[in-house]
Amino acid sequence: MSATHPDPDPPRAGRFGRWGGRYVPEILVPALDQLETAFEHARCDPDFQAELSHLLTHFAGRPTPITRCANFLRGSGLEVYLKREDLLHGGAHKTNQVLAQMLLARRMGKRRVIAETGAGQHGVAVALAGARFQIPVRIYMGQRDCERQAPNVFRMKLFGAEVIPVDSGSATLKDAMNEALRDWAASYEQTHYLVGTVAGPHPFPTLVREFQQVIGEEARAQMLEECGHPPDAVIACVGGGSNAIGIFSAFLADSETRLVGVEPAGQGLASGRHGATLARGTPGILHGAETMILTDEEGQIQESHSISAGLDYPGVGPEHVDLCERGRVEYVSATDAEALDAFTRLSREEGIIPALESAHALAYCIRLARERPPASRMLVNLSGRGDKDLSHVQKYLDGSTP
Amino acid sequence: MNRYQDLFNRLRKTGRAAFVPFAILGYPSPASSLDWIRPLIERADALELGFPFSDPIADGPAIQKAAHMALRAGATRATHFAILARIRAEYPDLPIGLLVYANLVYRTGLDAFYETAHQAGVDSVLVADVPVSEIQPFSNAACAHGIDPILIAPPNASDRTLAQIARTSQGYTYVLSRSGITGTETVAGRPSNELLARLRDLGAPPALVGFGISNPEDVRRVLRAGAAGVIVGSSLIEKAKTPQGLRPYLLELWQATRL
Repeated sequence: MSATHPDPDPPRAGRFGRWGGRYVPEILVPALDQLETAFEHARCDPDFQAELSHLLTHFAGRPTPITRCANFLRGSGLEVYLKREDLLHGGAHKTNQVLAQMLLARRMGKRRVIAETGAGQHGVAVALAGARFQIPVRIYMGQRDCERQAPNVFRMKLFGAEVIPVDSGSATLKDAMNEALRDWAASYEQTHYLVGTVAGPHPFPTLVREFQQVIGEEARAQMLEECGHPPDAVIACVGGGSNAIGIFSAFLADSETRLVGVEPAGQGLASGRHGATLARGTPGILHGAETMILTDEEGQIQESHSISAGLDYPGVGPEHVDLCERGRVEYVSATDAEALDAFTRLSREEGIIPALESAHALAYCIRLARERPPASRMLVNLSGRGDKDLSHVQKYLDGSTP
Repeated sequence: MNRYQDLFNRLRKTGRAAFVPFAILGYPSPASSLDWIRPLIERADALELGFPFSDPIADGPAIQKAAHMALRAGATRATHFAILARIRAEYPDLPIGLLVYANLVYRTGLDAFYETAHQAGVDSVLVADVPVSEIQPFSNAACAHGIDPILIAPPNASDRTLAQIARTSQGYTYVLSRSGITGTETVAGRPSNELLARLRDLGAPPALVGFGISNPEDVRRVLRAGAAGVIVGSSLIEKAKTPQGLRPYLLELWQATRL
């Protein structure tokens, strides 16, 4: 560890190894302290757990099933199971932890909720929960993302949310997050900032993981029931990394199970146009956490690129950096083209349209299948459905988007 | 010699508070940045200069725009420090503070950053997105190189946090009169006079109040509440665009710092 970097004495609250922490303007610290306290109380409060569990079952549609692929990669030696978070209400795993944070917001007496969104899936989840809880919601979304995920913008508005397009910087997720943090700095007394992934300042990485663990807990039990033992590998896409943490967490102790996170390689790692922060990033501080980020020599944040708006982020959750350093999770990447191929193949072969984000995890399976692997059972987190991506993908396939 | 101590002693004798203008280094471009800063210095008791950052979450739209303009015009660490060295050479007694974001320091390496800042004649460094709970590696490196670490005291901080801030901040304490980001208007937390009295009781260095100060009445209000001075940033960029320009506005603000 370099002496020139903040050098923690182990272990500090909100740190995963040396990663994480709470790098925010002092004005936000009381709001984060309040959230941490509410979270610590809620996680051991049976009333809270019962209310959340009821919502997850009767409103969101848990448990989601696992589906054994009938045709996809059949004959390759790989047997692929999908954890069907695409079937969750809202169309992605995001709804799990949004409902939990909405309950927390209500417990803290907040009268307004703000959030940032990339692909719009988190925004949709917050908006639908806002409607259910009758709490006013404002969503910050990069102007470019608003364009490529137009159906989700309409969906959020249908739920009664206010959508604020952000045109500063790269006009994507990081800029939406900047804007949400600014709003919060002025409004924290009445407002909860509902962060959508395992990034950001403490306690968000821990809190969001806690409420996404349900994915892995269910999936592990389902695999045991179906096959008698855990899968040989669990694969999930990684942008900020909440769906991956959610499914990995239940398998960390299964030492025979490989855990694989798939980052967006965009137009290729060598092109410089990607979002693969673990493969090609540098240690840095972004949006409240010490983590791996895309940054230049000067310390300016670089723009990421991915065909999938939900993975188009120049940072990653700090726990992933620790899991990577400890070697418990392997991190690989898939390009835009590979993700597109997986998107169309799963649609054609299984009758399931995956989100472009989740298609990155499937793309890794396709690549693996070409290497004539020994027979193995793979569990892929199908974190969301691809309906939101249809017009965007259509443009790509027609060749009108480079 | 500590330029901040000298300044506050001098002001006390002349019955004035500090007027501290803020500017983004390299704005509007590295070549013309000094032309923008010089008129500010004519009225300045101390200077606060920001390193432009791609993602300035503690700043409002005016400062963010200025920062992005500077970066597009080619501003870099090297151009910032060159400008700083020139200002230091021309104004040997002027206290100069930097306002930066954590990643800019981290990427340079803490030791290297504070050493370079010291060599350029910088007196203090405030890292906008590092609260007192995470400040130690930064403040250690600062002190090792003779730089005053500046902490922000917001109106909503707990007594425990304020005590830590009072202990850690050197040179001056950056006081927020209200919540929010630069250049916006909201009111929250305890009243300024209460916050300022608390900081005095805790033995904090003199308080400079920043965020949202845009006219002589704002200045007089925070000085009546007990501040040792004001920091003015966003409104300077706005005023420079008006036909009268910056000079009459700077004079007005400066005159308001007479106690």
